[in-house]
Amino acid sequence: MLPRVLKQADLADWVEALMQERRVAAPVLKETAPNDGRELFSWEVVQEASEVRLDYDVTVLGPKKFLWPSRQALVTYRLDGDPKPEAVIRHEPQVLFGVRPCDITAIATLDAAFAKDVPDPHYLARRSDTAIVGVDCGGPCHETSFCLDMGSLDPESGYDVMLTPLEGEYYVEVKTELGQALVEAGKMRQATNEDMAAHQAFQEAKRGAFHLQLPFDVEYLPEILDRSYDSLVWEAIARRCFSCGSCNTTCPTCYCFDVYDTVAQDLGSGTRVRRYDSCQLDPFAEVAGGESFREERSSRLRHRMFRKGKYILEQTGRPGCVGCGRCERACVAEISIRDTFKQIAGSQ
Amino acid sequence: MTTGQIDVEHGASAESPYVPRMARIVAAEQMSETERFFRLEMEDGRGLAYEPGQFVEVMVFGMGEAPISICSSPTQGEAFELCVRSVGTVTNALKAYGEGDRVGIRGPFGNTFDTEAMKGEDVLFVAGGLGLAPTRSLIRYVLDKREDYGRVMILVGARDPSLLLFRDELEAWAGRDDVETLVTVDRPDKSWKGNVGVITRLFKKIQVDAPQTWAVVVGPPVMFKFTVLEALAEGIPEHRIICSLERHMKCGVGKCGHCQIRGVYVCREGPVFTYEQVKRLREGI
Repeated sequence: MLPRVLKQADLADWVEALMQERRVAAPVLKETAPNDGRELFSWEVVQEASEVRLDYDVTVLGPKKFLWPSRQALVTYRLDGDPKPEAVIRHEPQVLFGVRPCDITAIATLDAAFAKDVPDPHYLARRSDTAIVGVDCGGPCHETSFCLDMGSLDPESGYDVMLTPLEGEYYVEVKTELGQALVEAGKMRQATNEDMAAHQAFQEAKRGAFHLQLPFDVEYLPEILDRSYDSLVWEAIARRCFSCGSCNTTCPTCYCFDVYDTVAQDLGSGTRVRRYDSCQLDPFAEVAGGESFREERSSRLRHRMFRKGKYILEQTGRPGCVGCGRCERACVAEISIRDTFKQIAGSQ
Repeated sequence: MTTGQIDVEHGASAESPYVPRMARIVAAEQMSETERFFRLEMEDGRGLAYEPGQFVEVMVFGMGEAPISICSSPTQGEAFELCVRSVGTVTNALKAYGEGDRVGIRGPFGNTFDTEAMKGEDVLFVAGGLGLAPTRSLIRYVLDKREDYGRVMILVGARDPSLLLFRDELEAWAGRDDVETLVTVDRPDKSWKGNVGVITRLFKKIQVDAPQTWAVVVGPPVMFKFTVLEALAEGIPEHRIICSLERHMKCGVGKCGHCQIRGVYVCREGPVFTYEQVKRLREGI
C-alpha cells in the first residue's frame, strides 16, 4: 500500500474510529509538573480520542504493560472437588497507538523470548491480537537515551503502521495487512511527491539529530561485558545500588516473573498468577534450602547488565537493551546502564 | 540488529506450558524427619516420559509448585518416584499427603544424564544428603541395565544415620557383588557401625581406572567443590565429572529467570552439567 497522509486535526477522528473495533492504548497527558510546567505522559487505555498525545517525549513505563501485565492469571483450578486445572488465556483486540521505535524494538524482543523453545500462549495470544501503530522520533527524547547505539531507532518490522510527524500532518506508512485495515478507518489522502520529499527530509534531519554515545559498536558489547566479568567495577557501581528493582520495573524488555497462588474467598477455587519479579532483589536466585547464588549486590547488578547487553541477545537474537534510558531515569542512585557500558569499555 | 520474523501466531494457539496434569500418589513413606518419598501415577494414562536426571514441577492445589528431581528410573515402569525435602510451603504441605491423594505434575523438564556415553564404562556415583535422590534415578537405570556398564561404585554420605535416604536399597546394593557401595556419616550415633567422616574420605577406599570412569557428583554446594577436587585428583577428566545443579526453577520452560546462571537457563540446558561446563559458568556452585 502506498503511503498516505493524515491531517493532525483528523487524528482524533481516526482514533475514535479505531476505538469502535478495538481497545486503544496510547500516550496521554498524566500531569503537569508543578515546578517547571513540564508535561508528563503515561500509557493508558484511551477513554476520549482527543486525549491521545503523539507529541509525547518519554513515559516512565512503556506500552509493555498492555502485552505483559504486572499480574497475569495463568491457571485456574477447583479446590472443592476435582481440581480440573485450566489455562487462563485472555486477550481482546487492541491497538498500541503511538509506539516509539525503541519500544517497537523492545516488544520484538519480548515476542522472541516468549516464542522461543516452549511458546508461552499467555503472552503470545495477546500479542497476536495487538496492532502496533508506531510514531517516529525526529530527535532524542531525553538525555539518558542512547537508542542509536543500541540499534533500536529504525526497526525494520514489529509494527503495522508507522506515523512520521510532518508540518501539521502525519506521513502514514503501512507495513502489514492489519495495518492497511487500520489505515482505512482514517480520513487520509494519498501521499504526493512533495509529501515523500518532506518525509525524506524528516529522515535526513533525524539522522543528524542523533549521535552515537558509546565508544564502541554495539556488536562488541557482549565481548566487552565478558572481559569485564571479574572487574571490581561491578562492586564499585553496586556501592550506590539499593537493589530496589526500579530498573527492572521500568525496563521494556524485562520479563522475569514470580508465580504464586491465590485462593478464592469461598475456598472453592484457586488461581495461579504470575507477576513481575526483579533479579535485583535478594531472594531472586535463592533455593529452598536457603542458599542464594547471587548473594552479593554486585553480582546481581552485574547479572542485570549482562542480561541487558549479552544474555538476552544470545538467547533471542534480539537486543536486551534498546537504549530507552528508562532504568537510568528511574534509578534513585543515578546508576546509568549507558555510563556502565562506557566505563567497562574504557577500563580494558 | 537483525530482525527476522518471529512466529507469534503459532505460539498464540499453543498449549499452555503452565497447566499441570493430574497425578495420584500410589505409595508414600516418611524416609527421614524431613524427607518424604512418593510413588505417583499419571491419571490420564499417558504416563510420564522421562529420563534419568530430569525434574518435575509438583503442584499442591491452593499452595503452589515446587521443582523436584525424579528419583526413579524409567526402567522401573509406569509409576515415577520423588523424594521431597520439607523446606517450604509446598513441600511442607506434601508432608500430609499419602496414598490416594492427588497432585498436579508439569514436566518432565531439563536435560538428562548421558546414559549412552557412559555405556561400557565405569560409573562412580558420589551422592551427599538429598543428592542421592537425583543420583538414584541414574543408579537404578544403570543397575537395571547392569551388563551395559563397567564397574559401578556408589559413595553415599549423610550428616547422621537418621538422614540416610533409601536405606533398604543402600543395603541391597552393598550386598551385591557387582556393585561397590560405601556409606559414611559425619556424625555417627551409638548403633552406627559403618564409615565415619566426610564423603571425600571414601575416595581413599576405592581404586578407579580414571580414563574409563565417569564421576556423577550430586550434593550440597559445599560438598560439590571438595568432591570434584577428589575426582580430579583421581585423574578423572573435567568433562567426565557430571553434576546436577539445584536452582529454583519456577517455570521450567526457560522464561521466569530464577534458575538462570549467567546466560544459561538451568531448567532447560541443565540441571545436568559436566564440571567443564560448571567451571565456565562461574556462578554455578
